[in-house]
Amino acid sequence: MTQKRVAVIGAGYTKFDEHWDKSLRDLATEAGGKALADAKMEGKEIQALFVGNMSGGRFIGQEHLAALAVDQAGLTPIPATRCEGACASGALAFRKALLSIQAGEHDIVMAAGAEKMTDIKGEAAVAALMGAGDHEWESAIGLTFSGLYALIARAHMKQFGTTREQLAMVSVNNHKNGALNPLAQHPYTVSLEDVLTSTMISDPLRLLDCSPITDGSAAVVLASEEAVKKLGIENPVWILASGQASDTLALHDRKSFTEMAATKFAAKTAYTKAGLTPEKIDVAEVHDCFSINEILAIEDLGFCKKGEGGKFVEQGKIAIGGERPINTMGGLKSIGHPVGASGIRQIIDLTTQLRGRAGKLQVNGAKVGLAQNVGGSGATAVVNILGVE
Amino acid sequence: MSQGSVPLFWRLKKSKYNLIGTKCVTCNSIFFPPKTLCPECRSKGKLEEFQFSGRGEVISYTVITAAPEGFEAYTPYAVGLIKLDEGATISGQIVGDASKLDIGKRVKSVFRKMYEDGSGGVIHYGIKFEVDGE
Ligand SMILES: [Zn+2]
Repeated sequence: MTQKRVAVIGAGYTKFDEHWDKSLRDLATEAGGKALADAKMEGKEIQALFVGNMSGGRFIGQEHLAALAVDQAGLTPIPATRCEGACASGALAFRKALLSIQAGEHDIVMAAGAEKMTDIKGEAAVAALMGAGDHEWESAIGLTFSGLYALIARAHMKQFGTTREQLAMVSVNNHKNGALNPLAQHPYTVSLEDVLTSTMISDPLRLLDCSPITDGSAAVVLASEEAVKKLGIENPVWILASGQASDTLALHDRKSFTEMAATKFAAKTAYTKAGLTPEKIDVAEVHDCFSINEILAIEDLGFCKKGEGGKFVEQGKIAIGGERPINTMGGLKSIGHPVGASGIRQIIDLTTQLRGRAGKLQVNGAKVGLAQNVGGSGATAVVNILGVE
Repeated sequence: MSQGSVPLFWRLKKSKYNLIGTKCVTCNSIFFPPKTLCPECRSKGKLEEFQFSGRGEVISYTVITAAPEGFEAYTPYAVGLIKLDEGATISGQIVGDASKLDIGKRVKSVFRKMYEDGSGGVIHYGIKFEVDGE
């Protein structure tokens, strides 16, 4: 079955930061406005809204976020739906928006993601994030997300000889790129030594292996091929394929602790649908919530053999100008990680690259990009592939 | 917000205090934490209680220094993935000298205080692990 072609025609995100003076509704409205302005639209063209948000209830005491967003955007009565898959909520919203067009229900839709994480204290935010794990068997013994990824990191180091330095090089790469991204929460470079001497969080992971706690919102406008033609869009970024997969909620129930089966499955689905192999990906946005997860992603997306992700990073292959540039705008690490927004932010950064608008961060000749968004310790994974002609 | 309400601990007391999981008598798969559906046998599965010995091996471990709400008073504490001898792998705190920990170390379960619920003063207990034979 040939699926309807759908394109991203507008994209924008707020500064990712600790926004003490802005609420979730302010941020979501700002991002939506940026996406609409980019699509040269007023807003009334939008036929449905999908919102990625992980935990408005615990972060700001607000549920029913899709209704809040559509209300604030002045777009009632169009349908508005919240999508939740922990840190993969954004990519889920994007995928549901895509599917709603492919199903023939809508022609022009918005997918947005938003999270406001700094209204509560840090320990409470860490506990709220742990809502993405297994509440009865992981949270209840004091596990955290940095703890879960530390368990993965140590197992990977033992099994494949991945080094502490290679993990640090992920953060060094992403910060080097993010230093040139004005929307990044931490737009500065870090050295290998900075990472290796930063505060220990969950041995072996240190502060600079971890993405920060962030407020922010991101939004994109999607349109069917007919709508793209009708609107006369000059620079559509086509969605070539989308894949989604699931794994056990708890890390301890996995068959392997050194790979993400959900990423592999979602990637296989997306590559097959797009008729592409990993070698054809010019630029990738991967879910670097912790440094080790970028190494897993590199392997599980097929950019190198299993176990060689650390070497791949060490050899500079993920740098702009390298074999497979990754997280070219800074990734979750430098840009920040407002959990429900990150999946949409990845799509936006790919869109910028594929339109050739990344300035000093441009990957020359980038035609095909891949985004991988992960929820929890790998229970949800979404892989989207975008391209331009 | 605490990491586990009183009803939650009450409901799970058999497994949380005694390491009782489940076994599918159709295919002999064992589960901890207990499952009520065998993913292999589906409707043909038949699950009954299964007592784990509490002995196992460390698959991976970490020492947590940045704790979530409710566990701040206990840092640093070690948490491991423990492969139980009967087959299932679980997450558990590991007590004792963390510098002696390593992947492959033998551990056994012990009954310990987990944490105090600040607001209600309820003390939660449960299974932790310690290095075996020391
Ligand atoms: Zn069975």
